[in-house]
Amino acid sequence: MNRTDAILEAVALERRFDVSAPWLNRVIERKPRQTLRAVDGVDFQIRRGQTLAIVGESGCGKSTIAKLVTGLYEPSGGAIQFHGDPNRMQMIFQDPYASLNPRWRVGRIIAEPLRTLRPETSAVDLGARVDELLRTVGLSPSDASKYPHAFSGGQRQRISIARALAGDPEFLVCDEPTSALDVSVQAQVLNLMKQLQRDFGLTYLFISHDLSVVRHMADEIAVMYLGRIVEIQPKADLFERPLHPYTRMLLETIPDLKVPNRDRKPMGGEVPSPIAPPKGCSFHPRCPLAFDRCMSERPVRNADVHQGRVACFAAEETRK
Amino acid sequence: MAEPEQTAPAAKDDLRARQANGVWSRLRESDLGYSFVRHPSAIFAAALLGLIALSALLAPWITPQNPYDLAALELWNSEIPPIWDERGQLPYLLGTDVQGRDMLSAILYGSRISLIIGFASVILALSVGLTLGLIAGYFGGWIDNVIMRIGDILLSMPFILIAILISAMATASLPPSLKSALAAPILIFAIAVPSWVQYARTVRASTMVERRKEYVQAARLIRVKSWRIMLQHILPNTLTPIMVAATLNFGLAILSEATLSFLGVGMPSDQPSLGTLIRFGNEYLFSGLWWIVVFPAVQLCLIVVSVNMIGDWLRDALNPKLQ
Repeated sequence: MNRTDAILEAVALERRFDVSAPWLNRVIERKPRQTLRAVDGVDFQIRRGQTLAIVGESGCGKSTIAKLVTGLYEPSGGAIQFHGDPNRMQMIFQDPYASLNPRWRVGRIIAEPLRTLRPETSAVDLGARVDELLRTVGLSPSDASKYPHAFSGGQRQRISIARALAGDPEFLVCDEPTSALDVSVQAQVLNLMKQLQRDFGLTYLFISHDLSVVRHMADEIAVMYLGRIVEIQPKADLFERPLHPYTRMLLETIPDLKVPNRDRKPMGGEVPSPIAPPKGCSFHPRCPLAFDRCMSERPVRNADVHQGRVACFAAEETRK
Repeated sequence: MAEPEQTAPAAKDDLRARQANGVWSRLRESDLGYSFVRHPSAIFAAALLGLIALSALLAPWITPQNPYDLAALELWNSEIPPIWDERGQLPYLLGTDVQGRDMLSAILYGSRISLIIGFASVILALSVGLTLGLIAGYFGGWIDNVIMRIGDILLSMPFILIAILISAMATASLPPSLKSALAAPILIFAIAVPSWVQYARTVRASTMVERRKEYVQAARLIRVKSWRIMLQHILPNTLTPIMVAATLNFGLAILSEATLSFLGVGMPSDQPSLGTLIRFGNEYLFSGLWWIVVFPAVQLCLIVVSVNMIGDWLRDALNPKLQ
């Protein structure tokens, strides 16, 4: 990838959380301090106008990445370089019932970013812009005077999108924007987001646990497991030729319309605790291909192996 | 774009029609208004309290006598029993005390002082409690620890003891000329000091829940100032439990004022509150002048009971689990 057209780069990004028991308990019960490595050395780049999707099971650290990128969390290590206007980065949240202040009218919610980022905007311009934004996301300008409780989940997510667009963003972080919605509404919201990407040249960091949603949205896909990116590939390649055994397991779980009753392997095992991750490759307890080396050594992405797209010793054996 | 999730046009017209109506109909159609008209006890309590408050506020215009004006008192009118007694006489509907003071006038003037002190101390405690609770819950860390430990210390002592301590200390350290003028502010302060903790705790708990919600994160993302987030986003979402606590504490504050005045560390005899009237009347109870103590006591009961009834109704009406 050409370095210059990357709008966002994460380099060895790390975020640890202190999850120790309170001081008194630690002293009495002689427990050590405990840290949870939510994000554990993650590298990625996002090109302008493209969508990078991060997929993984819950607890793998993908939402933490979203919060690190937007600055809601400070990284504990590594760095995020944003080559854009920091005022033009916005976020769409997962839960449309928690992301809109229930005591504010929709118009005020949408106008908040404008009012904060460009306080010189006149009230008339503000109102006109809110009307325009509501139309852009497929709602009516008269909705501005209503409270969020008058709207369905899909409509609320449209309001969130309108709010995110208010600051004229170039980069949007979408943290599971459709996982709280019905499937039929999901498609509408996703199509709206794709259309907006085309119309406004937006760049998306798209967080999701749902590979079929990601297939619809992403240009490039990063698969996360326990705080690390185990595989990162352009979308077509990932679905055609998954390299990591975990990615293959995830792909197995997608229902197929053409072969509805195919013999699907259920995903075995549980995600281990990120407080005490397994030694070596953190996926080895669930991995069908694991061998001795996986239990002692931690695989990294290596430019010599599959163009640095996968962190797996078994995949290295079949290197091309 | 297809819009199956849009509100139906008929529903929209209905909504617009409702918005067009005045504040009153909006209030009646709100959840709280709906619950209010269905609770006779709440209506009764609100009417009673409204009547008492109105008569207390209008006391200077509707009472036959200014009970504070010593020149208006005539000793030969003293110790007159209520009007229904055969010795009763007009205009002293509820009789007079040993100085010839009309009991009804004294009660209405006293209610005024009691209500004002109760209300002002709740407002003072609310503003301190809301501010400190918001700060403690939003920032957490050492500032939270300092605020809440001070609160814990205050709560570890009996409420009335702290109030007595403050009131007595303030009164003792003031020159006599200021004592009377500052009696009410001192009482308001003495009652507010131990009672802000309850508001601070309630607000802190809701703030800690709200600040993790995504709408607060969305505001932090665009670097809205902390004080703005606290006042505009979090505070309105923490007010429901506070409204209940404040209403119930209003009754409690009036009782505290009466207790302090009864114990002699409250309102002085030249501006008697209900508590002061009860203290005076108490001395004559066994000489048969029962009306001097019973009527102020009944008034105090009516105020506190009606406030508590409204508070109980509010608590139930705002509790989503009971609906």
